[in-house]
Amino acid sequence: MTAYLLRRLGQSLLLLWIVSMIGFAVLHLAPGGPLAQFTLTPGMTQADLARIAHQMGLDRPLPLQYWEWLRHMLAGDWGRSYRDNQPVLTVIGGHLPATLELMVSSTLLAVVLGTWVGVLGALRQRSLFDYLATVGAMVALSIPTFWFGLVVIYAFSVKLDWLPVGGMYTIGNGSFADYVHHLIAPAMVLALVTVAIWSRYMRSSMLEVSSQDYVRTAVAKGLPRRVVILRHALRNALLPMITLAGLQLPTLLGGALVTETVFTWPGMGRLYLDSIGYRDYPVIMGLLMFTALLVLLGNLGADLLYAIYDPRIRLD
Amino acid sequence: MTPASASTELPLPSREGAGGAGPQVGGSPPVAARRAGRGVRRFIRHRLALIGFATIVVLALAAALGPYLDPFNDLHIDILHRFAPPFSGPHLLGTDQLGRDMLARLEMAGRVSLTVGCAAMVLSTITGTVIGVLAGYYGGAVGAALMRFVDAMLCFPSIFLLLALAAFVQPSLLSITVIIAATGWMEVARLVEAQIRSLRDRDFAVAALALGAPDRTIMFRELIPNAVAPIVVASTLNVARAILLESYISFLGYGIQPPVPSWGNMLNNAQEYLTTAPWLAILPGAAITLAVTGFNFLGDGLRDALDPRLDVR
Repeated sequence: MTAYLLRRLGQSLLLLWIVSMIGFAVLHLAPGGPLAQFTLTPGMTQADLARIAHQMGLDRPLPLQYWEWLRHMLAGDWGRSYRDNQPVLTVIGGHLPATLELMVSSTLLAVVLGTWVGVLGALRQRSLFDYLATVGAMVALSIPTFWFGLVVIYAFSVKLDWLPVGGMYTIGNGSFADYVHHLIAPAMVLALVTVAIWSRYMRSSMLEVSSQDYVRTAVAKGLPRRVVILRHALRNALLPMITLAGLQLPTLLGGALVTETVFTWPGMGRLYLDSIGYRDYPVIMGLLMFTALLVLLGNLGADLLYAIYDPRIRLD
Repeated sequence: MTPASASTELPLPSREGAGGAGPQVGGSPPVAARRAGRGVRRFIRHRLALIGFATIVVLALAAALGPYLDPFNDLHIDILHRFAPPFSGPHLLGTDQLGRDMLARLEMAGRVSLTVGCAAMVLSTITGTVIGVLAGYYGGAVGAALMRFVDAMLCFPSIFLLLALAAFVQPSLLSITVIIAATGWMEVARLVEAQIRSLRDRDFAVAALALGAPDRTIMFRELIPNAVAPIVVASTLNVARAILLESYISFLGYGIQPPVPSWGNMLNNAQEYLTTAPWLAILPGAAITLAVTGFNFLGDGLRDALDPRLDVR
């Protein structure tokens, strides 16, 4: 187990290193570069630009710049935001909770709903419900998240006036109920894709488990159908889903960016978009690295959890 | 020893499921009923693929020929008749905030969005196939390095990478297409690599090698033709993905730039008119959903049709 863990950690570090090079290359080879923001300032001369470039070390060879950046990064110095000169980690840390809350609540929603739809589809295979769930999942995967967000705002905020159009709190009202009221719509929108994917995998996992000997034995013993489904089939069918939850992280993070934009939710996705607008290179780079780190940790965590809950899996 | 496999787009499991032919909880239905059910499902599955294909054809025809049939030009500004609701006057689908005809705009935007989607698919399929073939055929250090690069690219949520690229590149039809392709080739590369690795040791490939065929011939004449089915499926689903991504970045303002319309950038300002003119938001989104659903249905149908494992039954 320890050996496996070390090897996986090593692989993740290697990937993270490649990730950092890709991110660095994308930002620094792009036309404009980090200096593009200054060219907008009136009265800026070519000499000024050169001086700033020198000050920021941008006139040095790229590999050297990368090495400098990596050295600082490893020491915990992720640079400072061009916008307000705050440390990048502080900026990211300030926006992280909002995104995590949104992701966790929408995942909970998706898991409950997706499991229910998937299990029902598997139990009533080829029924009308199963057919509709299949088609519905495909359509849900095809709907652009931001557009679904607009439709939800139109239906529930504009027409019905049940939910706020965006934001996290009503100004002057910081209560928990108000927060939940604001969370409902974005969580629902972000859950759409996850529900679709989760229900499809749940269905096929449930079908696979249902054909196992132990389920047949349980049925043959005369156990009530309910017990067989809940205790023998469902619990085992949920196991491989742990891995799926890990694999879904990039999709979820990407979806969060779009959802946060539509609902003006003050999370990492919004921060990323704002930083792109300001060409705030250190924050962009920091967020790219941070999301990649989250994704890698998510995958690793999912694999480990899977091994812990499924004694048939041996990690070595 | 699977390295951290971070996948953005997961292929959905085949609808039959692994236990499709096995006994079900609570007793299985009689054989005849099951067989009939399977026939029904196969029909349904094909019908969905057909519906998807028909949707794509209709959208493509509307985009290609519609502008010649419309009474209005998509760029014609008519301030007096702005915000005309759909089905209420000479403008069939209404007008936008500048009084431009929505139908004409949707058709022109369809040209752009569908073209970008298909072109990005072609580019990413070619890139993914070439990288996958090289990694799968040569294996070893080259293969490992290429596949680790693929894994690393998949650690980024595609929108994050796409926005980083889009923000710093002069937006044009070509550059948007290229960057969408640049974030969409990894799945194909993974799939092709796995295929080639298993095909490489098959008798026909070994025979070609023994005959002295050069690597290039073996890769592109012998191996790839045998891996075409999954590539076709993946690239169909890739069109759906490319159209979605184009709409995302255009909506966020970094994609196709006005006055060139795309379904995504038509939604750009729609949010502020949501209360007064909801059709500005609803119509382009519906067009995107239709197109993407069409390609997803088609891809899913193709997967079922081309999956050799389903023939065995």
